[in-house]
Amino acid sequence: MKAGYTIRMGFAGLGVNKMRSSLTVLGVVIGVAAVISLMSVGRGSQAVITNNIEAMGTNLIFVYPGATSQGGIRGALGSASTLTLEDAEAISDSTLAPAVVAVAPQVNSFAQVVAGRQNTRTQVIGVTPEYQSVRNYQLEQGNFISASQVKSRAKVVVLGSSVSETLFGLRSPIGESVKVNGIQYEVIGVLKSKGGTGFGVSDDIILAPITTVQERLSMQRTVSGGRSVSSINIQVKSSADIDAATQQISAILRKRHNIVAQDDFTITSQQDMIQTLKESTGVFVLLLGAIAGISLLVGGIGIMNIMLVSVTERTREIGIRKSVGARRQDILLQFLVESATLSLLGGGIGILVGWGISRLISGINISSTTINTVMSADILILAVSVSAAIGIVFGLYPAYRAARLNPIDALRYE
Amino acid sequence: MIELDSVTKTYQMGEVAVQALRGVSCHIEKGEMVAIMGPSGCGKSTLMHIMGCLDTPTSGKYFLDGDEVSKLSDSQLARVRNKKIGFVFQTFNLIPRISALANVELPLLYGNVSNGRQRAREALERVGMGHRAAHMPNQLSGGEQQRVAIARALVNNPSIILADEPTGNLDSRASLEIITILERLNREDGITIVVVTHEAEIAARAKRIISLRDGQIIDDRLVPSQQEAGT
Repeated sequence: MKAGYTIRMGFAGLGVNKMRSSLTVLGVVIGVAAVISLMSVGRGSQAVITNNIEAMGTNLIFVYPGATSQGGIRGALGSASTLTLEDAEAISDSTLAPAVVAVAPQVNSFAQVVAGRQNTRTQVIGVTPEYQSVRNYQLEQGNFISASQVKSRAKVVVLGSSVSETLFGLRSPIGESVKVNGIQYEVIGVLKSKGGTGFGVSDDIILAPITTVQERLSMQRTVSGGRSVSSINIQVKSSADIDAATQQISAILRKRHNIVAQDDFTITSQQDMIQTLKESTGVFVLLLGAIAGISLLVGGIGIMNIMLVSVTERTREIGIRKSVGARRQDILLQFLVESATLSLLGGGIGILVGWGISRLISGINISSTTINTVMSADILILAVSVSAAIGIVFGLYPAYRAARLNPIDALRYE
Repeated sequence: MIELDSVTKTYQMGEVAVQALRGVSCHIEKGEMVAIMGPSGCGKSTLMHIMGCLDTPTSGKYFLDGDEVSKLSDSQLARVRNKKIGFVFQTFNLIPRISALANVELPLLYGNVSNGRQRAREALERVGMGHRAAHMPNQLSGGEQQRVAIARALVNNPSIILADEPTGNLDSRASLEIITILERLNREDGITIVVVTHEAEIAARAKRIISLRDGQIIDDRLVPSQQEAGT
């Protein structure tokens, strides 16, 4: 039996009932397109998050205070106030922590910011000059906060790009004054937009000298009454140094805090954050794929249904073919070719449609979240192989039924 | 050529076992033209199916060209059907959605024969249907369809053609044409032909008539003068 003939017969079989065949193909198209477009959305959001974390800077380690613990009830991570500016200074000691390149402590607070008739509520972060290089911020105009301004607790601020736009529109805010919680500050600079949304990177911030924020905005105090910091950003030489630096920092802080058992701080690296987020978004992507996979399954059942009908309709033809010498495998192959053609055709069109949908929805805003899509080869390979597998798996049973038919019964079938 | 040795066939119809053949033994030589006659339900068709390797006997032995085929596997039987046997059915059994030529070519495709198109065309010429090769079965009359079916039966040069009521659905003129073609294939090409029929005139064209009743052979005789019956 020539394979070419079997394949031609398979195609001819589909041609007999074009409407029916195309509806069956449509079922697979919808399934494959759904898998592709939803997975590309999932991958897209994963990429956004990773990009955001990477935009924070390179080779970063973050030190957060530990959780508060009152009467055995542990609070959230970072809720305690155990880190101080002195801790940050100690970490920058190049003999105790040689892997560390730069240290930038920060204090977070929220405040109402007013400029003229405009106002906004935003995050006010107290920083030191190192913050700019460690967190990879560039200035759109003006200057960053200087060491002397930190020392003198100067009332100056650097605006994030979106805050600047909200308060001043297209005007240059340099030299203008803003009121933060009722006190006047001079604007000395505007940050370049990082373009990130949500996690890790934001343009909706105001930077001020860390000492100023500690004095005027942040109420956080350590147990001994000193002024605390919210977290410490540490840049290391290279990603290979992260483990060494983590150990050095732990040693310094344990010694300073007189710790014997439970650490009162937590150290995380940028890689850890990316890893954790990739894992959690990976589940999300998989879930999207699984939901879309259900429609692919329904498409497969459609193929099986149509193939069963087709086998029944052509029972006599099967009998005739067997009486002139077709073997079981010849009949099996003929019907498998039919179902595989249906599913591969559906898979092919589905890829195009899915790709189209993914490009179409990329960049659409839904309640201030921009949909981002990423198409990758593995999604396409997955979709094609799944659709081919569906054609074979769901075609196998009808084809097997056809092949197993007794020639006499098949010939007598009306 | 064909040798049946006390062949029985029992069908299980639900609770009841139906004995379609109760020990049939007969011998058909190469080049014979045999008619099998009998009332409906006598086991003619069952016998035909067993001879045509579409079915296997419940007990007994069947030798075709010296090989015992009653014990062959499914795909071996398919091969025997393809190479040694040509079928002609009462209802023609052409595949409706392919042309007459493609129908005739079918056994060659399953038999992996090269230049199938050409041989199929020649087979159609032999039954006088060369000019209708491209037609679909539903564009042909009953007699024409049966001639295409005969072309399909002989295209693979089988040693035997089995015809199950080949004229049952045809008018008398077409019937005459069909039996004449079968007769000619037997006479000129030496193909063994077995015709199941209940029409006496058709049976009279054979050289030998086997009569069946209740799954047994009740009569087996040679037809004395076959020449005068057709004219």
